[in-house]
This record gives sequence, structure tokens and C-alpha cells, in this order.
Amino acid sequence: MTELLLPLTVLAPLAAAVILFLSAGRLPARQAGPLATAAVGLSAIISTLLAVIVLSAPPSAPIRITLWNWMTLPGFPAEIAFALDPLSLLMILIVTIVGFLIHLYAIRYMQNDPDTARFFGSMTLFVAAMLVLVLSSDLLCLFIGWEGVGLCSWLLIGFWYTDPANTAAARKAFLITRTGDAALLCGLLLLATRTGTLRIDTLLQAVTSGQIPPAPLTAVALLLLTGALAKSAQIPFQSWLPDAMAGPTPTSALIHAATMVTAGIYLIARLHVLFAATPAVMTLMAVIGTLTLLMAACNALVQTDLKRILAWSTVSQLGYMFLALGTGIWQAALFHLMTHAFFKALLFLTAGAIIERVRHERNIFHMGGLLRATPGLAAAFLTGAAALAGLPLITAGFYSKELILSSVWQATFPVGGGLALSGHVLWSLALAGAFLTTLYIFRCFFIVFSGPPQTEISGTTPRLMTIPLACLSLLSLLGGIVEMPDTLAPVHLFTRMLDPSHPLPHTSDPAWLLLAGALTPIAGLALAWTLWGSANPVIREAPVPTPGAHRVLTARTVESRWRPGIVPDALFLRPLRILNRIGRYDLPDRLSDSISRALCRASTLAAQTRTSLIAHLSSRTLRITREGSLLLGRMQNGRVRWYAAWIATGLCATLAAAMLA
Amino acid sequence: MTPLPALVLLPVLGGAIAWLADRSRTRPEQPPPVAWLITLITLILETALLLAETFRQSPDPGPWLDHFSRPWIPPLGIDVRLDMDGLSLSLLWLTLILSLPCVLLATRQIRTRPGLFHFLFLATISGVTGTFLATDLFLFFFFWELMLVPMFVLILIWGHEDRHRAAMKFFLFTQGSGLLLLLSILGLAITHFRETGFLTFNYFTLAATPLSPALSMVLMLGFFIPFAVKLPVIPVHVWLPDAHTQAPTAASVLLAGILLKTGGYGMIRFNIMLFPEAAAHFAPVALSLGVAGILYGAWMSCQQNDIKRLIAYSSISHLGFVLTGIFSGSQAGMQGAIIQMLAHGLSTGALFLIAGSLQDRMHTRDMTRIGGLWATMPRLSGAGVFFAVASLGMPGLGNFAGEFLVLFATWRVSPPLAILAATGLVLAAIYALKLVNGIFLAPAAPAPSPTKDVPTPQIAILGSLMIFLVILGLYPRPFIAASAPSPPSVVTGKGEPNHAHP
Amino acid sequence: MTALPPGDALLLAVILFSTGLAGILIRRNLLFMLMSIDIMLNAAALVFIAAGAKWHDATGQVMFLMILALAATETAAGLAIILRLHARGRPSLDADTGNLLRG
Repeated sequence: MTELLLPLTVLAPLAAAVILFLSAGRLPARQAGPLATAAVGLSAIISTLLAVIVLSAPPSAPIRITLWNWMTLPGFPAEIAFALDPLSLLMILIVTIVGFLIHLYAIRYMQNDPDTARFFGSMTLFVAAMLVLVLSSDLLCLFIGWEGVGLCSWLLIGFWYTDPANTAAARKAFLITRTGDAALLCGLLLLATRTGTLRIDTLLQAVTSGQIPPAPLTAVALLLLTGALAKSAQIPFQSWLPDAMAGPTPTSALIHAATMVTAGIYLIARLHVLFAATPAVMTLMAVIGTLTLLMAACNALVQTDLKRILAWSTVSQLGYMFLALGTGIWQAALFHLMTHAFFKALLFLTAGAIIERVRHERNIFHMGGLLRATPGLAAAFLTGAAALAGLPLITAGFYSKELILSSVWQATFPVGGGLALSGHVLWSLALAGAFLTTLYIFRCFFIVFSGPPQTEISGTTPRLMTIPLACLSLLSLLGGIVEMPDTLAPVHLFTRMLDPSHPLPHTSDPAWLLLAGALTPIAGLALAWTLWGSANPVIREAPVPTPGAHRVLTARTVESRWRPGIVPDALFLRPLRILNRIGRYDLPDRLSDSISRALCRASTLAAQTRTSLIAHLSSRTLRITREGSLLLGRMQNGRVRWYAAWIATGLCATLAAAMLA
Repeated sequence: MTPLPALVLLPVLGGAIAWLADRSRTRPEQPPPVAWLITLITLILETALLLAETFRQSPDPGPWLDHFSRPWIPPLGIDVRLDMDGLSLSLLWLTLILSLPCVLLATRQIRTRPGLFHFLFLATISGVTGTFLATDLFLFFFFWELMLVPMFVLILIWGHEDRHRAAMKFFLFTQGSGLLLLLSILGLAITHFRETGFLTFNYFTLAATPLSPALSMVLMLGFFIPFAVKLPVIPVHVWLPDAHTQAPTAASVLLAGILLKTGGYGMIRFNIMLFPEAAAHFAPVALSLGVAGILYGAWMSCQQNDIKRLIAYSSISHLGFVLTGIFSGSQAGMQGAIIQMLAHGLSTGALFLIAGSLQDRMHTRDMTRIGGLWATMPRLSGAGVFFAVASLGMPGLGNFAGEFLVLFATWRVSPPLAILAATGLVLAAIYALKLVNGIFLAPAAPAPSPTKDVPTPQIAILGSLMIFLVILGLYPRPFIAASAPSPPSVVTGKGEPNHAHP
Repeated sequence: MTALPPGDALLLAVILFSTGLAGILIRRNLLFMLMSIDIMLNAAALVFIAAGAKWHDATGQVMFLMILALAATETAAGLAIILRLHARGRPSLDADTGNLLRG
């Protein structure tokens, strides 16, 4: 039964994508959306069924299905094979359910676009690729999905291709992630040559049995980490994700919540055994995560574009997940991934609905006072914002963030050479990040929804778009109760399901740790209220460089300091541009051209020299020759009979000479 | 009776008939496509022959599938000798799979002297077929030159604006290096004559010639250079961008899809199989050249604004993988090179077909003047996006299977080289996306967009190429198994050795 | 029937050849020139026959046949040139009117 259902999960969206692409615009626009949604919905139903089957009677070993043998090399089999274990089960549930809600929303959102077939084709292909990625039991097969999501992100970010800025953003996303992909591929090659397989379970056994020496293992871990960082837009690859806002809003929701950026987290969680064997890389991962979450939060604080704020917040939340992965609590990272998928999808979809209502205005300072006009959307956004900030007890984000923070407090991070970084440092930085998170998201909320109205609001949000919002709101609020700190209630459903054999240690959490985690968002909320929300807000105007105390928080100054994305630009684009300038000509081609030109010139020169030389030499003999030739030329009168006579004479003369001699 | 000689002769005979039929037409103004029809029939017959050959019981159980041998010039030991193994068979299939779309899509538009065009086209195919089958070195050289001359004329007469220069460049490079090939063949045969006392050009007999290491290296290089020109390997790739750009569509497809493969085929069949030790010594140089080609071709490709030039440079990059795979010294690399040759033939051939049909409609190849094609030609654009994505090495499509195998083999020899080659994949993304975002998914541009999409049959043809690529990418195992080259030492059965005379 | 002595045959051949050569040099009419050439060729053929008879070798007769064929083709080519001249609009049989090869 499960053997049959598992491939079907992937097949349904894949088939829809193929149908939509093959229709090439002949399918009426009204049918493309429902078809795609139905396919993803079918996939979601199958995933739920699988979950019921697996959870009601947990199998002893992961279910593994080899579909076919991809390539067989001497000592290296690569298979197209799927495996279902709790980790992949969780991922397919997130991907299909959140994906389904986003598709449902997109039916109405993209209704008036002339090219819906391409849009929904790319979307379903995106989901299919992500499912391949999370279900593969072979790393090479995983790589198909890995590149597939990159491709689909490019198709979707550059969906409105008439604006060159959009396609440029799409190319940027693809190129930066593909740089990481190349690193990942190198890591796979190294693993394959060392262990002779890319099957994940065999591979991890080889790692635990110490088959790979430490140095190559570290190299592998670093290469895989590079791939994951690029996919998940962490430092130094962060710049593509905010630019990816160029795509339609459902695309952004899909990229940020369900597919694409979570791939990096999934990869490391899937291979956590391998990373656990390289502590230095784990520390690096945690530090990068912490730095990213702070940097991105600061960036989010100074943005004026609604979608860019959300984009930077994704980068920041992914930083939390990398911090958790670096700490070794991959279950916590996945828990946060799940809750983040809910509230980030909610935030994006709400933002899309808002932007549509205010005539495609994306600058938050041109909105304002939307609370009265759109109370439903305000409630949805507030739910999402609260979950993102992690307001205690009532939101899912609180529980997942709390799990990460408390584990980081207890951890130590070996740096090498006997030294170790205390978890307290990273904990305090992450807590500061949590404070900033609350600050920026409620800044956004207050500026958009409170105060005097700044713009005309039109239309209504259709029912088909509000249903997904309601579902996601519910999930954002209640999604966290599956896992709670011991201090509140000993519920550990989530971590037990993921890894029954290694439950997380919760016992020694001091109560004040929990309290600190709970109070930080509230403090942030209070400050945000004072600054932007109250009847007399401290900051109301759009951020232009203004003198005063709150100057730090205005966009231009900070952005000019932080310059989001300046590092990758310098890293990738500038060298490329320089290479571009050098490489305008095919050098060997130019060389051969110039050689041939030189040869040509030389031969002309030689010819000229020869001519003049001969002219000089023969000036004396020329006259004699000419006279002689004139004389002889007279013999060539063109008359056949004369020629015959000459021939006969010559013959007679020759004969005579021969006889006389 | 083996159909091998028929396979070689059929195209050129069909071409001659096409030419004659076209000459005997009464009214040249309105061309009823007689020549085109005859060409099509010829190719269909050829396909039937090849089908028969493929599913025919092999006369002997060895890896060589079929043999044919008749004396040609007995005093010099030259035979008409054709043998087929899996490598030849798969490359012959590639030839047919590509030439059929060529005829169906591209050659019908030829208005000036269609008879001659089709004759030359089919003569080239004859030459290529012969090259893939000949196992007498003299005969091989004969076919090698045979495919060159018609192609030269095709570029010279039906090419685009700068055709004379391009044709001359093509001719000089390939002809000049062909001379080297002849010298090496003669050198090998004469060495064999000195050692054993009888003159032969038989591939299998010559394979056993005892050679000193130095001589072996010299002869190997003599074989390598002409094949490197054909493949092409930098720095002797210079002829390729011009020839590909200036050639008429059908000739571009033939050049990129098939003619370049003769270089790779020659390297496998002659360099590796005849001189294994010398090739192993030479491998580091060849690997470096291959990786340099990957990076250089991709880099140059990123600079181009001419569609056909961009594709041409991307060919250099892809064939760098072929060279790297061939000389990586392992079975995986060889398999990867062969898969890469097949996949490159399909994807690049299709891209040239698309570029050609764009040029027919818009009369320009300048990417800055073309744009927004998705809006008016969604089907052609979709195909274009697919093949561009295939050529950037998307896993699941044919090119990735080849590239991965090559990278895998290279990593065992030298990880730094493999890392550099993998960097080529990033560059591949740049040019492929530039192509797509330059013309298909791009803002509208000055050149007037055609209002009609390409007709359904054409899309069906491109679609079948897509299916081939997907199969090659997702299930390459049968191709890997079927296309393995056979070493010369294992030939058995009735085809072998007929040189009983001393 | 007695065989023609070789010396007589050679003499006859020389006379014929001289007649032909003189014809070519003296006559300006192209037709007569062609006939003269034929006479010369026949003179040469006669020598072959005579030599073959003397040494009892068939090769002489074979060569005669070849010369016969050669003469026929030569005549044909010559007549074709004359007809071509007619077609070109220069209906002349005078060999001296065509002197385009003049140096």
C-alpha cells in the first residue's frame, strides 16, 4: 500500500506540471489553477494517508522503494529510490499541505494573468521537485530535486519577464544557489569516491564506522554546508532571497515557507550524523546562523517594502534553524521549520492580499490605517506577526523558538585546539535577535494598520483567498502544542515522532530561561508600540535621513552601512563582470586571425620585394628580351597552317640532326 | 548478407538520385520538393536498414556486432572493411535521429539549387556513417575526407553573411589536420610492414603492432591532433564558432550534432584503443585541455550576443567534458563521454534547429534585437527553454548523466580538475539563462516578432527529441550498456582475419 | 600474292605523308586540311602494317585499328568545330580567318 502511495505523492504534481506545460497556453486560464491545486491537494491527501498509516503502526525500519536503477558503475550504484521515515514524512506533510493552501490562494490571485498555465506548471513542478528532494534515499537522486527547485525558483521569480529587473533577480537567485550546488556536487563526488555509494543509510553507516578519515570528512561537511547555505540564503549567500521578491506573491510564499529555502535545513538534518562527526563545522554553522539572524533582523528593521521585510525575516528565521542545527538539535530546527512554514506562508499571503487591495503599493509608509478597512486581513497579519515574534503561550513560534534557545544555552561549541565557545554567547545574541524580530515585524504591522489612511483601498478579498489564510492562522496559533517545554507541560510528541530513540534532554532547563524567552518578545512589542503604534508615535514618517535620536532606525543610513548583499555582489558578480570585460574576444581566434593577417601582409611584402628586385635586375635585360619576344611573337600569328609548317620544319630539323650526329 | 555497406552507400546514392531528379524538373521557379522528398525517403530507408541491423542476430557472440570485408586494393593491403560495435551503433542512431529532424524542419526552405544541397547533405551523412564503421585505416581516412568536402561546399554556398571566411577556416583547419592523420596512418602501416613484412591497413592487425614508446607517442599525437581539431579542443577550436554560426541550419545541426562526434569517436577508437600506454601518458595534458575547454567555452559563450555563436561556444564547453571523460582512464569516464556525446548531439542540435527557425522568421540572430517570444510563440519558446535547461546540466536530463559520470571519473584522477570542471556548471547556468532571458522570457525587442507559432508537426519533432533527452537522463543504463566501445583484440568470428596471404 | 616489300611500303608511306603535309601547308580550306591530316595518319598506319607484316606481329594491326579510331574522332572533332563556326555566325572554311591565338 505505502509502496504504491509513495511514488504517487510525487507523480500527481509532476503530471499536473507536464500537462500544464504541454498545453502551452491552450488550456483556458480558469482551468489551469484548479487542475494544479487538485494535483497538489491529491498529493496532500496521500501524504496524510501515509502519515496515518505510518503513525498508527510504526514500521521497524524506514520504508524504502527502489523505483529503478539510475546508473550502475563499477562499485557505485545510483538509484532512483524513495524512503519514508519520520523526517521525510514531516517534510512531505509540510510541503504538500502548505503548498496546497498556497495553490488554493493563487487560483484567485493569478486569475487575471494571461499566462496562468506557465505559472501553475512551474508551481506544481516546484512542489514535485521538493518532494523528490525530501523523499530520496539516495543523495544523487536528491540532487535532482535540489537542482529542480533551483530551476523552478528561476522560472517563478522571473515570471513577469517583461521587466528586465525581474529576470535579473531570477538569474541572480539561480546563479548564487547554483554556486552552492556545484559545491554540493563536489561534496557528493568526494563522498562517492570515498565510500562507493551515495545511498544515505549506507553512507551514514560508513561515517559512523569511521570509514572516512577526518580530513576528507571535514571537507565533505564544508562542501555540503556551502550548498545548504546557498540554498537557504545564509551569509555569505544571503543577497538573492530579498531580490527574489520580484516574483508573484504566492511564489514568494512557496519559496519561503514550503520549498526551496528549507532544502538546506533538510539536507543538514538528514545528514546530521555526518555533521555530528565534524564539531568544527558544527560550530561554524552555529556562528553563521547567529550572524545571519542578527544581520537579517537589522536589515528587516530598515526596509520600507512590505515584501522585503518579510524576505529578510525569512533569512533571519533560517538563521535560527542553522543555529539549532549547529547546536546539534536538528529536531528543534525542524520544529521551527514547521511553525515557520505556517506563519511565513500566512504573512506572505496576507501581504499579497493587502498589496492587491491598495493597488499594488508595496511601500509600507504609503499604507496606514488599514485596520478599519480590512479587519480580517489585519487579524491574519497580526496572527502571523505574533507567531513570528514568538509571543508566549498563544503562538506556535514561541514553542519552537524556545526549544532552540534553551538548547543553545546549555550547549558548548568546540572551536578546535581545546577551546570552546560558550553557548551563553550565542544564546544572548539569539535572544537579541528575537527582540529585533518582534521590533521589526510589529513596526511593519503598526505602520500598515494603524494611523491615518494614506491610500485608497479598493475591492474585497475573495473567499477563495481568505480560506487559506484562516487555515494558516489556525496552524500558526496551534501548531506549537505538539512540543512544549517541561516547565509548562511535558508534551514531546514532535521530537518523539522524529527520533524515538534519542529524545531531547529537557530536564535541566531553568525556569528563568523560559521566562527570558517569553518576556523578550513582549518587551519588543512594547517598544514597537511606543515607537510606531501609539496615538502619538515617535516615528511616523517615511525613513529619510533625519536628524534626531531615532536616526539609527531610518532606512537610508543603516542600509548604506549594511548594504544588504554587498558581500555576494563583490564575491560573485564583480569578478564575473571583470571576466566579462576581458573575455569579449576569443583569444585563440584573435591570435589565428592576426597570424593569418601577418602572413598575408608578409606575403604581400615578399611579392613587392620580389617584383622590385626583378625590376631592378632585369631593367638591362628587359629591352633585349622585349625585342626578342617581339620577334618571336611574330611567329605566333594564330594561323594553323603556319604552326603546322613550323612543326614539320622542327621535325625535319630534329631528324636531320639525329641522322647526322 | 550484412547491411553494413548498404548503410554507407544508401545516403549518397539517394542524394545522387535527388540531385538528378531535381535537375530534370521543368519549371525551376516553383519548387515541388522532389529532392526533399527523395531525401526523406532515403533517410527513412536508412532508418529501416539500421533497425534491421540493430535487431538482427549478431553473427558472433563477441562484442563486435557485425563485420563486412572485401579486398579493395590488394597490392597495398587496403580493404573495404566495415565493422560495427555498440559505440558505432549508438552514434549511427544519433546521426539518423538528428538528420531526420534536419530534413523535416530545415532543408525544405532551401530555394537555390535544392538538388545539390540535398546531395551534399546526404553525402555528408554517408561520410559520417562510413567514418563510424570503417575499420580499415585507409578507408577511414577516405570517409574522414569525404564528410569534409560536402560540408565545406554547404557552408560556402548556402551559408550566411560571412560564409566564405568561415568555410575557408573550416576547410583549412580540418584539411590541414587531416594530412597529419594520413601521415600517422601511413607511419603506423609502414612500421607494421617493417616489423612483420606484410602491408596492411587493417585496424585489428595494426592494433597488435609492436611499437617503441617514443614512436607510439608520436603516432598517438598524430592521431590526436586531427581528432582534437574536429572535437574541438582549445586552442584549435577556432574554426568552430565561425563555421557553426555561418552554416545553414541543417549544416549547423549536422556539424554540432554529428560531425564533432567523429572527433570523440576517433579518440576512443584510435587513440585509446590503439595506443593505450601512450594515451595514458598523455592523459594529464588531455585532461587539462578538456577542463580548460569546459571553462573557456562556457566563458566565451557568456559573452556572445549572436544566438548561434552562443550555442557554438557552449558546444566547446560540452565537448570539453567528452575529452575529459575519454582520457580519464576509467570505464565510468568513457561511458560518461559517450552519454555526453549523445546528449550534446540532441540538445545542441535541437537548439540549432530552434535558432535556425528563428532566423528564418526574424532574419536576425542578434539577441539584443529579439525578445518576448514567449508571448507570441509559446510552444517554440517552451522547447527552447527545455533545451537550454538541458544544456546547463539539469539533473534528470541527458547532459547531467554524462557530466556526472565524467566528473566522477575525473575526481578519482584529480580532485582539483574535477572541481574546476564543476565550476563550468555554474558558467553553463549563466549562458543558458542568458539565452532564455535574452530571447524567450524577455521583454519585447525591436525586431518584429512573428505572429504565428511554429506548426504542430515541428513541435512534435522537437518533442520527440525532448523525450529522448529525458530517457537518456533518467534511465541511461541501457544506453551505457549498449554503447560500450569494443577493444580491437577481442574480434572473433567470420569477419576476422582474412589476411591469410603473407 | 606476294608481300609488299617493306622498303616499298615505307616509300609509299613517305609519299603519302608528304602529300598530306603539303596539303595542310598549302590549302586554306579547312575541309581539305582535315582530309590531309587523314592522309598523314593513314601513312603512319601503313608503316605499322608494314612493320607488323615484316615481323609477323599482330600488334601492328592493332595499332592500325587504333589509328583508325583516332582518325575518326579527329575528323569528328574537326567537323564539329566547322559546324560550330557556322552556328556562331562565321560561315567560313578559311583556316587563316581564325587567328585569335595570335601571340
